[in-house]
Amino acid sequence: MAYLEGNNLVAAYGPVPILHECSVEVEKGELAVIVGPNGAGKSTAMKVLLGMLEASSGSVIFDGQDITHLSTQERISLGLAFVPQTKNVFTSMTVQENLEMGGFLRDDDIKHTIQEVYDLFPILYEKRKQNAGELSGGQRQQVAFGRAMMTRPTVMLLDEPTAGVSPIVMDEIFSNILDLKNSGRAVLMVEQNAQQALNIADKGFVLVSGRNEHIGTGKELIADPEVRKKFLGG
Amino acid sequence: MVSESVDIVNAFALLTNFVILPAIAYGSQLALGALAVTLVYSVLRFSNFAQGDSMAFGTMLVILLSGYLISRGWTITGIPTALLVIPVAIIGMAVYLLTMDRLIYRHYRKIKAKSITIVMTSIGVMFITGGIVRFVLGASAQRFEDGERFIFSVREFKAFTGLEQGIALKTSQFLTITIAVLLVAFVFYFLQKTKTGKAMRAYSDNKELALLSGINPDKVVQITWLLVAGLTTIAGALYGLDKGFAPQQYHLLLLPIFASVIVGGIGSPLGAIAGAFLIAFSEALLTYAYKKFLIYLLPLSMHPTSLVQLIGTEYKYAISFVILVIVLLIKPTGLFKGKVIVDE
Repeated sequence: MAYLEGNNLVAAYGPVPILHECSVEVEKGELAVIVGPNGAGKSTAMKVLLGMLEASSGSVIFDGQDITHLSTQERISLGLAFVPQTKNVFTSMTVQENLEMGGFLRDDDIKHTIQEVYDLFPILYEKRKQNAGELSGGQRQQVAFGRAMMTRPTVMLLDEPTAGVSPIVMDEIFSNILDLKNSGRAVLMVEQNAQQALNIADKGFVLVSGRNEHIGTGKELIADPEVRKKFLGG
Repeated sequence: MVSESVDIVNAFALLTNFVILPAIAYGSQLALGALAVTLVYSVLRFSNFAQGDSMAFGTMLVILLSGYLISRGWTITGIPTALLVIPVAIIGMAVYLLTMDRLIYRHYRKIKAKSITIVMTSIGVMFITGGIVRFVLGASAQRFEDGERFIFSVREFKAFTGLEQGIALKTSQFLTITIAVLLVAFVFYFLQKTKTGKAMRAYSDNKELALLSGINPDKVVQITWLLVAGLTTIAGALYGLDKGFAPQQYHLLLLPIFASVIVGGIGSPLGAIAGAFLIAFSEALLTYAYKKFLIYLLPLSMHPTSLVQLIGTEYKYAISFVILVIVLLIKPTGLFKGKVIVDE
């Protein structure tokens, strides 16, 4: 049994079915990537894992515990964290306040964790008194990661972390993600840049129309001619 | 005796007494109301049309409670009894607002109604609230201040300074300004420095992300109504102590309050306060008759014969609207850049 797994998830937005028996999983210290064309249900799968959308059938298991019916907040306090693709920082609040809000659920001293985030992203320490809305795309993404790390999560779910950033910043973000993974966390991300993402991924899920089309290690999927042809541009 | 030379000191004593002090007091009352509207707008995402009538409701509680205390003789000499009962009135106001939220607004939040739908709902709440107030107290005007009326009167001021023109500081003005400063300082401290206040700002900034950070939306909503209850009751009570209580007058207060919020930059607490003083001073300065003031300042040959009043007091509500139109034409985001709600 994997550390976090979604089994045979079925979900819909109102009458529109999105996921059909889709399964994803990730282990501790592992980076898993969900790739696939637009509208394949990648983000939806993530929302179901987080409890932001209810699955009509299937189950979500975290650390051996069935969390299918827990609220988002309960899942967050268990150790899941989510970085949304857009609107992932409090733009009118300072970097420091963003981190404080990330640690909202914690009753203990969060200074130490804030310091850890600053150690990981030194630029954020310099900008700690600036509003997050004034930062560059890459820095914002670091604030978003930092906010999510404040609950000291064991699983981080990232929705297209490199959407809309320059190639240089993208490399930086991927290296941040590898840091997260190497610190022992489980990282599951949805990614548009399939080639680069699968290159660094331990595990990949190719989703098409809400179904698992291919599952394998990152390398296997890149080597698979069918996946190459359909999703990686030959 | 009217002096024949230019007399700046008396001119400004006159202006202070009739324009500046009343405008600061009125501005403070508007500011508290505008702050309440801003909080509701930022956190609950609708323009609360019931604000004026809610202030009447809070004032009603103050009048009933202080009337009871006065009838039992439980008063403190020199202090308006209304001041003593405000804490209890705030609790009553909070219960009323939370009940309204539970019965009405919560449903529309749950079904993720558009902002404009909730605005229409608040107009309904406005009529209900205004109706309750008129049912309980009647529609006629009344005064409820007791205790010392002046901190210092015109006569005392004249005797003290030897000036021809006196300045009076009414107890209600003094209380208004002092309490408004303290209350605004508290609200800003609360929003900027406390964990709960920051959570409110976070929720206002980005609902979804606040949820992901474990912020409980129900709690944020409740705290907001509690703050609004405090601001509303105090604003209403202070306005009533200053100018007397009349349900219709409170109902109409909605116009300058909304103007303050929009002029300042909707959603910005600082803007709401700046806007309130801008509106209050505009009303006072434009409706004041400057004849006496100019007589002090101008040589005899230039003394005005007319009242030199730019706009009649009966048109004072129009001033809010004109300022509103000018701001919307020239700087639609307001003086301080506000935030406009976009329905998701």
